[in-house]
Amino acid sequence: MRSQFVLSEIWIGLRRNLTMTMALIVVVAISLSLLGTGLLFVKQVDRTRTYWQGKVELSIYLCVKTSPEPACQQNGPSTAAQRAAIDKQLASMPQVQTVYYVSQQEAYSEFRQDFSNEPALVQDTQEGDIPDSFEVKLKNPEADYSIVSSAVSGAAGVETVVDEMTILDKFYKLLDGARNAVVIIALILIVAAILLVANTIRLSAFNRRRETSIMRLVGASNFYIQLPFLLEGTIAGLIGWAISAGLLVAVKSLMLDSLDQYFSFNVGLSVGDLIEVILISMVIAVLLCGVTSFLTLRRYLRV
Amino acid sequence: MINFDNVTKVYPNQSRPALESVNIAVAKGEFVFLVGPSGSGKSTFLRLVLKEERPSEGRIHVAGRDLARLTNWKVPYLRRRIGCVFQDFRLLPNKNVYQNVAFALEVIGKHRRFIRKIVPEVIDLVGLEGKHDRMPDELSGGEQQRVAMARAFVNRPMILLADEPTGNIDPATSIGIMKVLDRINRTGTTVVMATHDAAIVDSMRKRVIELEYGKVVRDQSRGVYGQAY
Repeated sequence: MRSQFVLSEIWIGLRRNLTMTMALIVVVAISLSLLGTGLLFVKQVDRTRTYWQGKVELSIYLCVKTSPEPACQQNGPSTAAQRAAIDKQLASMPQVQTVYYVSQQEAYSEFRQDFSNEPALVQDTQEGDIPDSFEVKLKNPEADYSIVSSAVSGAAGVETVVDEMTILDKFYKLLDGARNAVVIIALILIVAAILLVANTIRLSAFNRRRETSIMRLVGASNFYIQLPFLLEGTIAGLIGWAISAGLLVAVKSLMLDSLDQYFSFNVGLSVGDLIEVILISMVIAVLLCGVTSFLTLRRYLRV
Repeated sequence: MINFDNVTKVYPNQSRPALESVNIAVAKGEFVFLVGPSGSGKSTFLRLVLKEERPSEGRIHVAGRDLARLTNWKVPYLRRRIGCVFQDFRLLPNKNVYQNVAFALEVIGKHRRFIRKIVPEVIDLVGLEGKHDRMPDELSGGEQQRVAMARAFVNRPMILLADEPTGNIDPATSIGIMKVLDRINRTGTTVVMATHDAAIVDSMRKRVIELEYGKVVRDQSRGVYGQAY
């Protein structure tokens, strides 16, 4: 095996086929970065979901002076007895896993923290404006929500019952939709990339039909004849992958990380996640280009 | 060296066989002319020897190997023992004389040092001393064919197949080509040459096999092109 000879053959092939090779690199780069973005989205959604699953599923807000609900307007703020009754009822329900009481004081300090970048709002709000609440974690959120919710929603001193999941579901739907769109476009582009690889290799085989016919004639082994073509496709794929890796780093640092700024909690993806996605896309690039080249060659370089 | 045992070749979608019950034995070191009109089966014979085609019937042995038993991945190793020359030279236009000849060794993975030693020798043998750097389009037809012969011979094949090597070359130059073929034959290489060139066949006085409609109609040692009655 003379590596210098093989390398010069690859270089000749890539250069003669320059326009096709560039088209191939661009399509591989775009399809891989879209696919990678889809994978990053999947990871982001998983991460967010796991974070929320460890959190509260049901918030029972209690009446305060400023509550706009008619029930609260009539009966005034919740009393200690009412709170004890609700607590007791929740604790007795088999569907409930844990109950945590957030006092008005705690709620207010959380509020001040969450809205720390809007000082005007914080100044206008005093302790006591933010309702105290029972944060309930359910054993089986999907099935038990309505049972627990209806049990306490009419109780004295209760302002509203909020299912945290319904709020998050909208967010998840948005993320899932974006992810699906990105993945579908990526798959279509990958099909385009496969066709382009096949076409590039076919053109390359046609361009070098003289060389390959002589190689066959003087008894070059099939491996030796095919290797430059295989490597040609794979190298183009790897260049496309390198570009897509750069784009993925940009997607993470510009898009996803800036998205995370809107959350007070840390669900950002780590560098490890990014590297994992980039490695997956490299495997896809090599397989896509290598296998397609190989199958195309079997058709066009019959020995 | 080459043994055809009752070989018939019918191409797909053709009723008339290209070769029909052909029995030919070519011994090591022989020089054989294969003559006959176009479509008589000369090219099919050469393609069968190279295992570019498979016979429909019969057995073929080349260089001691039964081609029917030769697996596909071993075919390249068979072809390394057979050199080929064609009417249209088939040189690579973007490589010079030296590179064209060296290409045949590079693609079978020979060492650079070996190539640098052997290629100039063979270029000298075919009579192209001092023309290593010429491109094919700077050479005459006769010189191009000499390059092709150097390429065919550089790996020291046991058999040299020549398919009308003088077909595109004027008679005066053809004599030079035949001298090179003769020189190659004298090194012990078996030469099989398909040709239409009566003058050459007559002057060489070698074995002549005549094909007509895919059948051997004459097999004569020290023969001539036309029927010799």
